Amino acid sequence: MKFTLSWLKDHLDTQSSLGEICEALTMIGLEVEAVDDKSALQPFVIAKVLTAQQHPDADRLQVLSVDTGTGDPVQVVCGAPNARAGLLGAFAPAGTYVPGIDTTLSVGNIRGVESHGMMCSERELQMSNEHDGIIDLADDLEIGSSFAAYAGLDDPVIEIGLTPNRPDCTGVHGIARDLAAYGLGTLKDNAIAPAGGTEPCPINVSLDFGDTQPLCNGFALRMVRNVENRPSPLWMQQRLTAIGLRPISALVDITNYVTFDRGRPLHVFDADKVVGNLVVRRGRAGETVEALDGGTYEVNADICVIADDSGVESIAGIVGGTQTGCDENTTNVLIESALWDASNIARTGRDLGVITDARYRFERGVDPAFMVDGMELATHLVTDLCGGVPSQPIVTDYVVPTRKTVSFPLSEVSRLTGIEVPFDVCLKILHKLGFEPQGAGDIVDVLVPTWRPDVDGKADLVEEVMRIYGVNRIDPQPLVRNGHISERILTPLQTRTRTVRRALAARGMVEVVNWSFVSAAQAALFGGGQDVLKLANPIAIEMSDMRPSLLPGLLTGALHNVNRGHGDLELFEVSDIYQDDSYQGQRRVAAGIRRGTAKMQGHGRHWHTTSSSVDVFDAKADALAALEACGMPVDRMQIEPGGPDWYHPGRCGQIKLGPRILLGTFGEFHPKTLDSMGVSGPLCGFEIFIDAVPEAKRKPTRTKPPLEISSFQALKRDFAFVVEDNVRAGEIVKAVSAADKKLIVDVNVFDLFAGASLGEGKKSVAVEVDIQPTDRTLTDADLEALAAKIIANVAAKTGGVLRG
Amino acid sequence: MSDLEQLEQSILADIVAADNEQAIEGVRVAALGKKGSVSEKLKTLGRMTPEERTVMGPAINGLKQRVGEAIAQRKAELHDIAINERLARETLDVTLPVRQSPIERGRIHPISQVMDEITAIFSDMGFSIAEGADIETDYYNFTALNFPEGHPAREMHDTFFFNPDENGVRKLLRTHTSPVQIHTMEKQSPPIRIVIPGKTYRCDSDATHSPMFHQIEGLVIDKTANVANLKWVLQEFCKAFFEVPSLNMRFRPSYFPFTEPSLELDIQCDRSGKEVRFGQGDDWMEILGCGMVNPNVLRNVGLDPDEYQGFAWGLGIDRIAMLKYGMPDLRAFFDADVRWMKHYGFRPLDMPTLFAGLSN
Repeated sequence: MKFTLSWLKDHLDTQSSLGEICEALTMIGLEVEAVDDKSALQPFVIAKVLTAQQHPDADRLQVLSVDTGTGDPVQVVCGAPNARAGLLGAFAPAGTYVPGIDTTLSVGNIRGVESHGMMCSERELQMSNEHDGIIDLADDLEIGSSFAAYAGLDDPVIEIGLTPNRPDCTGVHGIARDLAAYGLGTLKDNAIAPAGGTEPCPINVSLDFGDTQPLCNGFALRMVRNVENRPSPLWMQQRLTAIGLRPISALVDITNYVTFDRGRPLHVFDADKVVGNLVVRRGRAGETVEALDGGTYEVNADICVIADDSGVESIAGIVGGTQTGCDENTTNVLIESALWDASNIARTGRDLGVITDARYRFERGVDPAFMVDGMELATHLVTDLCGGVPSQPIVTDYVVPTRKTVSFPLSEVSRLTGIEVPFDVCLKILHKLGFEPQGAGDIVDVLVPTWRPDVDGKADLVEEVMRIYGVNRIDPQPLVRNGHISERILTPLQTRTRTVRRALAARGMVEVVNWSFVSAAQAALFGGGQDVLKLANPIAIEMSDMRPSLLPGLLTGALHNVNRGHGDLELFEVSDIYQDDSYQGQRRVAAGIRRGTAKMQGHGRHWHTTSSSVDVFDAKADALAALEACGMPVDRMQIEPGGPDWYHPGRCGQIKLGPRILLGTFGEFHPKTLDSMGVSGPLCGFEIFIDAVPEAKRKPTRTKPPLEISSFQALKRDFAFVVEDNVRAGEIVKAVSAADKKLIVDVNVFDLFAGASLGEGKKSVAVEVDIQPTDRTLTDADLEALAAKIIANVAAKTGGVLRG
Repeated sequence: MSDLEQLEQSILADIVAADNEQAIEGVRVAALGKKGSVSEKLKTLGRMTPEERTVMGPAINGLKQRVGEAIAQRKAELHDIAINERLARETLDVTLPVRQSPIERGRIHPISQVMDEITAIFSDMGFSIAEGADIETDYYNFTALNFPEGHPAREMHDTFFFNPDENGVRKLLRTHTSPVQIHTMEKQSPPIRIVIPGKTYRCDSDATHSPMFHQIEGLVIDKTANVANLKWVLQEFCKAFFEVPSLNMRFRPSYFPFTEPSLELDIQCDRSGKEVRFGQGDDWMEILGCGMVNPNVLRNVGLDPDEYQGFAWGLGIDRIAMLKYGMPDLRAFFDADVRWMKHYGFRPLDMPTLFAGLSN
């Protein structure tokens, strides 16, 4: 909402400065977003051309001697054909910024003659497009005085960011009321007298909604005969221009002026173009209207229109039609002031995609009590500016609005805000804002003015008192602590989410945050793409589906980094994925990728040890570390070969807890996955489900189990087994461990070998077994017995034999 | 010269001639070993007369001792020489670089870091952390929060919608973290003190807006919480978060459907330089919206607004991260650029706490 200072002063009698007014507006909730104080126009002064002589070296230029009111005349080179001795115009000295040419003047030298400023055209001052000559003023003006003040260009423009609850401040009068209540002056009454009229209005209007919900709550109409639709006066044009509206003609400008002056949108019809009478009704399928904004709109039964016998003439409350629009030939005008259903206007505007000043006000809710006044005000302006004779008004289907009553215990102010405002001050504030508190005492009934549809409860009145009394008069008061040290604040899931981030970063990985949406193709590639997870209005085609996995985002991130020349990458994300549209389907996941030679120990070439390409085991190590950071004991995780389609089928695995719970997957990516994502490898990755890790039972005490240290010497024994190629190392380790769960504390695979000496399809797996006796030192016989058990168990479980 | 003198001269010459540990050991064995030349001399003492022995005994033993000492001394010298030679041989160029520790290489995203910072502050004030679904219903995102159907405030939210189901009901991506307020109040009885961090979504994209962003929202419900308490909580939060001893703050009346009265908070700052500085300057920067929970919202969750009251606030995590740490463009947060992350990211052991400071 924009307005000028002089416009505000039409409604507010105030001595306050522009700065004070702006400060006050912001502090009462009408936040000032921009102020143009027009100080840039201060250097422009009224000056007189004393002499004008032909430029010695240019046919079309003259050398002027200009009296600018500062003493010595100033020399100016000027090319305007109308420049002459004795002319009074607008002068800008060197150093002035000239808005119309977006240039700051300097002392010029034009073909050997110095020029110390400029005599300006209207276009150079952005007053009009006139540029045929310089401004030529009447000659009774004071030399050296401000040109902007003379021309009315010095009126500061204020723009406020209006919150949607304040339709009353879509008009200057409402803003003035708020400022007056704050104590910045007195609200001028500006009461509107009826414009009279003796003859009946020759064109009638009726509402026809049949048995459907009426979309109009009142309609006022009046004809003014014999008007002359000339341009509106300068003051009105200047105000409209200042707030960004284009002056068109007096009749049209009047409707715009009242819209901003009072927050009351109006419409004018050229009465001679109206066929028959006006009917307010729902639109009909197939009807269209050519609108004044240049668009053509198709209407339907959800849209309220004003029609005559020839069809739809206006989309109610949003935009008028060209068919019956006013132009310079209009002599008989119909003025419409109506009350439209706010939510219907909002919906129509949204459906048609039209934003107008009228829609903006109607959908927020105009003052229903001002409907007739709006028509009367417009009538006065029409007769004042265009002449003519008003008819009697028609007011139809109008129900005089009743005011809401709010029962208001004045103690609510201190209950909700913590500040004691004396009751009489509360009542005075409400009164100045147009509320009418009834009676005295601690609880009063407050009548709510018709222009405040947003107020319907006690809390709303507290806000009114608080914002006018002064929010900053409320002193902060500590929120009393609950009297004890806080218990654990984070849930287990929150703690894990936090810990797993730090754990992965500690492995050298870099955290990224990717969009929650991916393309449909990527969603399908990673097991998603369900209809319920597709956005109806994605912001871009590659952001259409809620992600089923964090991996596509990470691979896209890898691609971007590779394109920037960074190929060794270790990225991770800890966030949510979406398996369906329920909250349960939103899973907390950690995922990471490694590319190139980005191993945990380091990247790329190094004099000590050059890193090799990343592989499935790098991803596996990351996945296990992430799960451990979530509190998952490593010895309870089971690794199974194989995994989802996006991995290399022979180089991926799943981490499970029992047969049913999938804790995560890891692997090198399938070459086709990388092709689809447009990124090259080597690339491996993992994804773990943080929310699948069972919560550890909270024990009653924090005591750790007692430490049991064996006093007998630990020892190591190595075994190498020859097995079939397809036997997995994990099975051998399991078989070895199972040979004696008490004595064997660890089994470590330390060598793999395959060669012709072992025979076709065979391999050797060597393990180191850690043995820890607990009750006595082992004898040679004990060890031999243990070795025999190990060998027998491996043979039984895997068919392996001890390598000779 | 006597035999003994000759023998001593000869052994001492051998000792001097020995130039490594092995050679000196050979000299020792030749002189003092079981069959060494000095040992052989000692053996002759037994066959001597007492008179001879009184003369020869000290002479031979003196020889043994002198030879022994000379060998030991030479041995120590040669051992030192050997060690020095080995050390010289083993010298390495310690200026060769070692690999950087992974813990120095890894990075935490500023959003995660700032969430931890916020958690540290509010947990100290007795708040717990609530979370909720990104995919919400119209009821929780709007209706329960007192956004009337068709109200212009709904349109200001630029909502992402899903396709309607068979009943014509369409879900949406939450436009703010406020639905979690409703879920929490439905499940938990007052007193309530929660903060709600999370992802939020709006159809909007430029240098300061992105289709996905992060919000943190706070909610206090009890029987006394008022605007004065709200001001205190936010004042303490802002001072702690921006790590400045004092801040000038300005509350302005504003409008949000779910609060009444509603306020916006500006912080005084200096924007004249390249970076925004808080606690100085004469410019104001809007930082968050807040207010007393609207009585309609309390009624919607079954709380009596005459008995219970409270306040809520919400602010952009990405935005306050940008303000505190000086990132110029929001879009870079979601770009996965490792160069950006190395620069603006945090090390894994930079753990924000109140006792050690939120940032280094």
